[in-house]
Amino acid sequence: MTVKKFKPILILTAAMIVIQLIVSLIGTEFYLTQLTMALYYSLIIISLCIFIGYAGQISLGHAAFFAIGGYTTAVLTTTNFKEYIGSGLIKLIHGIGLTSTTIDPYGKEILHLSPWLALFTAIVITIIIALIIGIPVLKLKGHYMAMATLGFGLIIYRILLGSKIFGQADGISNVPAFTMPFGLKICGDSSLRLENYYIAGFIVLLGIIILYNLIHSRAGRALRAIHGSEEAAGASGINTAKYKLFIFVLSAVFACISGVFLTHFFGGIGPAEAGVMKSVRYVALVAVGGMANIWGTLGMSLILNFLSLRGVFGSYDDAFFGSILILFILVFPDGILKVENFTRMKEFFKDLFKKKSEKVNKA
Amino acid sequence: MNILEVRDLCKSFGGLRAVDNVSFSVKQNHIKAIIGPNGAGKTTLFNLISGSLKTDSGSILYKKETIQNSPPYKIARKGLSRTFQNIKLFGNMTVLENVMVGRHIRSRAGFLNAIMPLPRARHEEKVTKEKAEAIISMLGIGNLSHLEASGLPFGKQRIVEFARSLAMEPEILLLDEPAAGLNIQETEDIAKTISKIRDQGITILIIEHDMSLIMDISDTVMVLSYGVKIAEGDPKTIQRDKEVIKVYLGDDDA
Repeated sequence: MTVKKFKPILILTAAMIVIQLIVSLIGTEFYLTQLTMALYYSLIIISLCIFIGYAGQISLGHAAFFAIGGYTTAVLTTTNFKEYIGSGLIKLIHGIGLTSTTIDPYGKEILHLSPWLALFTAIVITIIIALIIGIPVLKLKGHYMAMATLGFGLIIYRILLGSKIFGQADGISNVPAFTMPFGLKICGDSSLRLENYYIAGFIVLLGIIILYNLIHSRAGRALRAIHGSEEAAGASGINTAKYKLFIFVLSAVFACISGVFLTHFFGGIGPAEAGVMKSVRYVALVAVGGMANIWGTLGMSLILNFLSLRGVFGSYDDAFFGSILILFILVFPDGILKVENFTRMKEFFKDLFKKKSEKVNKA
Repeated sequence: MNILEVRDLCKSFGGLRAVDNVSFSVKQNHIKAIIGPNGAGKTTLFNLISGSLKTDSGSILYKKETIQNSPPYKIARKGLSRTFQNIKLFGNMTVLENVMVGRHIRSRAGFLNAIMPLPRARHEEKVTKEKAEAIISMLGIGNLSHLEASGLPFGKQRIVEFARSLAMEPEILLLDEPAAGLNIQETEDIAKTISKIRDQGITILIIEHDMSLIMDISDTVMVLSYGVKIAEGDPKTIQRDKEVIKVYLGDDDA
């Protein structure tokens, strides 16, 4: 029982190590940078998988939560609070050691909030916004919910694009490293590639353990029941509004955390991260992964995000993700990374070999 | 003692009076049947009692406590469970999982335990599973427990819905046409199951078209026609009631 439960996690860890060894051996260690980014992106996609695939809801605005996380940390860790050191709040934060000092590329010393406090603030802001949006929007169903979340995403995108504090079209750059215990750092320094790859892997692993537990809990069962029939779920005593809000807020927090870490890793964030095409891409990856299949979603998200970040799809990047969304919904509504498909493939090849050997025998 | 009391209940959809000034009560541990032609307002009445629809006027008392216009999940938690005319199972889940959802109100693990299950929550899951399995085997569908609910034949799906309702340990069970679409053998099985459930001390309110089923098992019968209650009494009296015969078989003078 326990071994079975931990098997997927062991496989995931092993796969991470194998991938790292392969890219190091073939001398393409720079792939690790894109793999790290793909890992952070997959955090938002696996949480969306629970919201869409398990709870049966839809959101075309999750890129906005990613951006809220990214921009919050970017603003708080690049704004120089030196001038405000006299004010009460900053003094208090500085006094209890929740500030850090970094030297920016121009040699200027900047006193900013510690990334940990920025992360915490980003999560709190995300929860508040998710509650404000979620309470009315989750009453809607199907297309209407898709349209409302799409509208929310557009609003956030336009605010980021129009506000000076968020750097308008340029976004925010020079975001410092996210310092962690044991001297670990989340940043895009090429010398820290390996370390960052494993940090990202560890964070995704934690995320997937949380979601894995959720799926197999009483709350997870309630969410799947809501997907099956909201009326019957209510008649079974499930407070459907509360459960839907919970998973909406939880997936928004995952998106926010993904945004925070990726912004520190990348050293900046731009308004495109809040764009509608990003939200569509996340939904497409959930569909490709098989909707209610968290492992399939993780796998497809890592592969396709990596290829996309390597520039394999060139200028047709968005077109590609739009197309696979249509293709998978039409042809593989359950995704392709499914146990059944693997068995089917195995049988197909078995048959193929059989026929070949029969032919040989006849000859 | 009356477990459920409905007083002067009204519900209109636009100009149509679906439930028109209906009053009745259900005695504890009785089986009460509601019959009437299509469109008589039977299912609307159920939806009003279970909270799926809001009432226009009138009151619904469950154990002397008004429950009208409460959300369905709150009414369910008080001990009222229902099944649906057009079966509403969680198609994406197995039979066992469906019945485990029925245990929702009898378990407590919250969101924190969903993310990081503590020993108590794990124990609760185990108990939930055992209770669900017991109900499934009591209803004779133990061999189906790991199949997906949506793939089962119609008759079996009804039994799964029964099991899910019973898992809630309700005090009153509302059954909406449990024999609809079933063959004679399946109907007999359902009748036996309903009697068995009543013997466990559960009160039953049942909507049904199948007269043989109704006449066999119910203690009292109420007849609705165009939203109005036209008769109420024991099955034998109802069978002889002129008004009821007119509604069901048509008027000779017409």
